[in-house]
Amino acid sequence: MKRCFQVNAEDNVATMLEDAGPGDVRILGAGEDATVALLEPISLGHKSSTRFVSKGDLIVKYGVPIGVATTDIPVGAWVHLHNCASRVDERSNHLDVVTGVAKDTAYV
Amino acid sequence: MSERSWSGYLRDDGRKGIRNLILVLYTVECASFVAHAVAEGESDVHVVGFPGCYDNAYAIRLMLALATHPNVGACLAIGLGCEYTQPARLAEVAAKSGRPSDSFFIQEHGGTRSGIAKGKEALKLLRAQMDAKTVRAPMSWADLIVGAECGGSDGTSGLAGNPVVGRFYDLLIDRGGSAVFEEIVEMIGLREVLHSRAATPEVARQLDHAYEKAERYCKAVRQYSVSPGNFAGGLTTIEEKSMGAFAKSGSRPIQGVIEVSQQVPHPGLWLLDSVPDDHFMQFGYTNPNDTEGIMDLISVGAQIVMFVTGRGSVIGSPVAPLIKVTGNSRTFERMNEDMDFNAGTILSGERTLDEAAMDLMQLAGDVASGELSKPEGLGHREYFVMYKHQDTPQLEAGCRA
Repeated sequence: MKRCFQVNAEDNVATMLEDAGPGDVRILGAGEDATVALLEPISLGHKSSTRFVSKGDLIVKYGVPIGVATTDIPVGAWVHLHNCASRVDERSNHLDVVTGVAKDTAYV
Repeated sequence: MSERSWSGYLRDDGRKGIRNLILVLYTVECASFVAHAVAEGESDVHVVGFPGCYDNAYAIRLMLALATHPNVGACLAIGLGCEYTQPARLAEVAAKSGRPSDSFFIQEHGGTRSGIAKGKEALKLLRAQMDAKTVRAPMSWADLIVGAECGGSDGTSGLAGNPVVGRFYDLLIDRGGSAVFEEIVEMIGLREVLHSRAATPEVARQLDHAYEKAERYCKAVRQYSVSPGNFAGGLTTIEEKSMGAFAKSGSRPIQGVIEVSQQVPHPGLWLLDSVPDDHFMQFGYTNPNDTEGIMDLISVGAQIVMFVTGRGSVIGSPVAPLIKVTGNSRTFERMNEDMDFNAGTILSGERTLDEAAMDLMQLAGDVASGELSKPEGLGHREYFVMYKHQDTPQLEAGCRA
């Protein structure tokens, strides 16, 4: 089974250790050998939710808040720019969700 | 491992280096072609320069810190002749530290070809003087200052690449060594975490001050320290990147905050603040690219710099060897000729974090003993010296109206 890593017991996301999904992946680290069923493909280094997160709730990784959910996020969903926003950085929500390339820069 | 020692180079000022280099400095962009041509084909000669014609106290301090770096044994400063920064003054400080030094203006020696010939001649003399006074001395972990930087971070950097450097830092500090980490703009969101690592209440105050400045800086330039590649690699917010980056500091108490070119005061863990002072933040960026941050770490005396890159990078550094660490096994395989250390094996379960940190320490010892790191072997010597202010002069200084 493919693997992901949860850093802290309080985290509601886990980081993929390899490209995975859809389907079950094992949660290493603080995940205590649980599995999570990914709803979609998630790349190495990207995150899946391991719990249901309501819109407006904090996304927690390393035991600290890393952002706020901008929609309800079901268990096993890819958590990234499309459903998680920084609490300090506004610009990152103007980037392409896959490539990270800025869409707010004019080339004229 | 705890007893490891190797033969280093003892300077007149008492500092010990792991390389015996001649540094060519140039004092304006107009002199850079000649400076590089002088160093061409000489593997022990590195080049660093400042592009601006108007001088800058920060850049001068940085060049002086490099000219008197423990890995540098001699210095040649080359100017064009009409810029503000004076090569002779740089050479004077290097000479005072016991390093054979020389300087000249290209305009006083004809032009390109004659300038290069003059430089080559000067190099020959400097090398002879340096060789004549080279003293070898035993070095151990306690003599080592190691810097750490991360760049091209991805989701593996905070899980493996930075934690392995952090664990190595713990080992190094426990053996009497010094470790420096920077990128305080990548600690945004971690004020309390940072605070909890202060060695004393005074250090906590310094950390607060540096943190608040970094926060004001990010707001003023309307840009947090996070790039398209970071997002593509799985990092979603600056807060997430911050926690991952902070992992490279390990777990020992922070002894204090130092600024660029300030020498590490005593062994232990130090935070390097490279953020420009408030009044002048419009006139300088803190970490415009990875190379600039690496230069900052070398300026405080680091003889080796660890560079953690999840997505991979093809840079190196002059003066102090760069050791490239990745937490991404795919990057390690794809960019094998550039990557020194694969921390991705922690994520695959092939070795524990502690085992990997011991292996990284072994590699650091090998490089300290003279083995070339990958970027060093490839001839990478990127540098970046820019206008910046960390001295807060009076706002009106230099202007009548």
